[in-house]
Amino acid sequence: MKKITVISGKGGTGKTTVVSNLAYLANDLVLADCDVDAPNLHLLLNPEVNNANVFKSNKLAIKDQDKCTDCGVCYDVCRFNAVDPVSYDIDKYKCEGCGVCVAMCPADALSLKLLDTGEIYNSTTKFGPMIHARLKIGSDNSGKLVSEVREKAVETAEEKNKDLILIDGSPGIGCPVISSITGVDLVLFVTEPSKSGFSDLKRVAKVIEHFNIPALAVINKYDINKKISQEIEVYLKEEDIELVGKISYSSDVVDNLRNAQLIVEQDKDNIVSKEIKEIWENIQNRINQN
Amino acid sequence: MKSLKITVLSGKGGTGKTTVSVNMALSLPNIQLLDADVEEPNSQYFLHPNFDKEEQIFRKVPEIDQETCTACRKCVDFCEYNALAMMLDEVLVFPEICHSCGGCEKLCPVNAITEVDRVLGVLKHAETDYDVDFWQGELNIGEESSVPVIEGLKEKADNQKDVIIDAQPGTTCPTIEAVVDSDYGILVTEPTPFGLSDLKLASELMDELQIPHGVIINRAEEDSDYIIENFCAENNIDILLKIPFKREFAHLYSDGIPFVLEYPAWEKEFKAVFDKIRGVLNEKNYSN
Repeated sequence: MKKITVISGKGGTGKTTVVSNLAYLANDLVLADCDVDAPNLHLLLNPEVNNANVFKSNKLAIKDQDKCTDCGVCYDVCRFNAVDPVSYDIDKYKCEGCGVCVAMCPADALSLKLLDTGEIYNSTTKFGPMIHARLKIGSDNSGKLVSEVREKAVETAEEKNKDLILIDGSPGIGCPVISSITGVDLVLFVTEPSKSGFSDLKRVAKVIEHFNIPALAVINKYDINKKISQEIEVYLKEEDIELVGKISYSSDVVDNLRNAQLIVEQDKDNIVSKEIKEIWENIQNRINQN
Repeated sequence: MKSLKITVLSGKGGTGKTTVSVNMALSLPNIQLLDADVEEPNSQYFLHPNFDKEEQIFRKVPEIDQETCTACRKCVDFCEYNALAMMLDEVLVFPEICHSCGGCEKLCPVNAITEVDRVLGVLKHAETDYDVDFWQGELNIGEESSVPVIEGLKEKADNQKDVIIDAQPGTTCPTIEAVVDSDYGILVTEPTPFGLSDLKLASELMDELQIPHGVIINRAEEDSDYIIENFCAENNIDILLKIPFKREFAHLYSDGIPFVLEYPAWEKEFKAVFDKIRGVLNEKNYSN
């Protein structure tokens, strides 16, 4: 079984568009949306939810006002400015659930409460099972929810005997991204030819290098700025990241998106569809080599 | 007039937060721009700053004196983040996932733990050619927690100036940290189902934080804007501005050129957005 995570560094470069269209071409796979903060894959694949489970991992310090003696120790020990200096009330957004105040409270007035982090969905799409999630607004710990989605996807693939898991990742280089690439076989970068896109690609590529995961790349909307596209190509060669294809800029892509349709399915002769098909063939070749 | 702190944010990435932040900063006098998208700070590519100051952001992580350690496991059992683990008779530290709460050091019964500084990121300052006072935060590669870098960055806010904060996409800790004490939030979106879905999340967050907010539609197209307009009308959210979908704008963006420099008429539009925000906030203050 092969696991591929699609990430980009910069947001809005086309991760979800690429994942959903590749899903159509792969046709028989497990999908995982690890962008739990702003999940979008379900909008295109329209999954039928088989079951939803609450995922709890966030913790929050809770004060028992009857026991509290207003001694202020909690305020002194909290590193996250989560305790109000006057009322000693706990700010639920700032509290990171570390438990230091709980451990140090001389009156035993504090405890850690487990909170809902989000919901995980086990669903079915036209192309196979899909695991996705919805992080609770303002919630901490997206990394743990991402790990849970990834692990559930692996379990599902084992159960149903699927050879491929395609994971839609989140933008950035921080905790959710790192969680989404843990233990995967390949990373696919979707980048765009802009100064920001290129710079963000380099930063996220360094993260991947740090974890020693082989990487492939797609340049989306490559003809928006051919000069930067060329610079990206040179960079990819130097870094030994295989360019598996380039996708032309086309308003047809957005039009299909607006109708919740996949361009490779709706408009097979479109240049973009042909380009994505070639990308899929190159990815398959690479998978078979490994 | 009291200076304003406005954060530009979005649920979805790549909708145009940096485009709005930079073009708006360039359209206003006496302005400070803080790039709080510390995982991928991009405003720098539009402002060409010559950085003149750098400050490292540190955080504390535990170091174990294995000689003194009795392997009692108290610290390992305490750590909520699994940043400490027991390997045979030794306590191992995973500094990347440590939240620097300091609990292990306080709880160790034999004082075998000391806290040492670890560099998490860096703040950089520049006076730009465009009369924008600019600070950016940058998270080091391989580090997981952006929040302390954003906290450090916000301490640079100059209360003599109007401040624009360019936030990280999403609705979790880094975005909340950027916006939490702002006067107003500008939510940038695009007229697609993705844009709408993520705008709903961002707007829900702003309601929960009780921060007044409005929307800028980027890549606006006449026959698609209803996707966003309907939602805003139903929820009584102001649409502050529409930036049309133009290949020319996309090209300027790709080359790191703020479009107000090529199309100065847009300065007026951004000024109007700012005045509108000030008006909304004044009205709120009167009614309170």
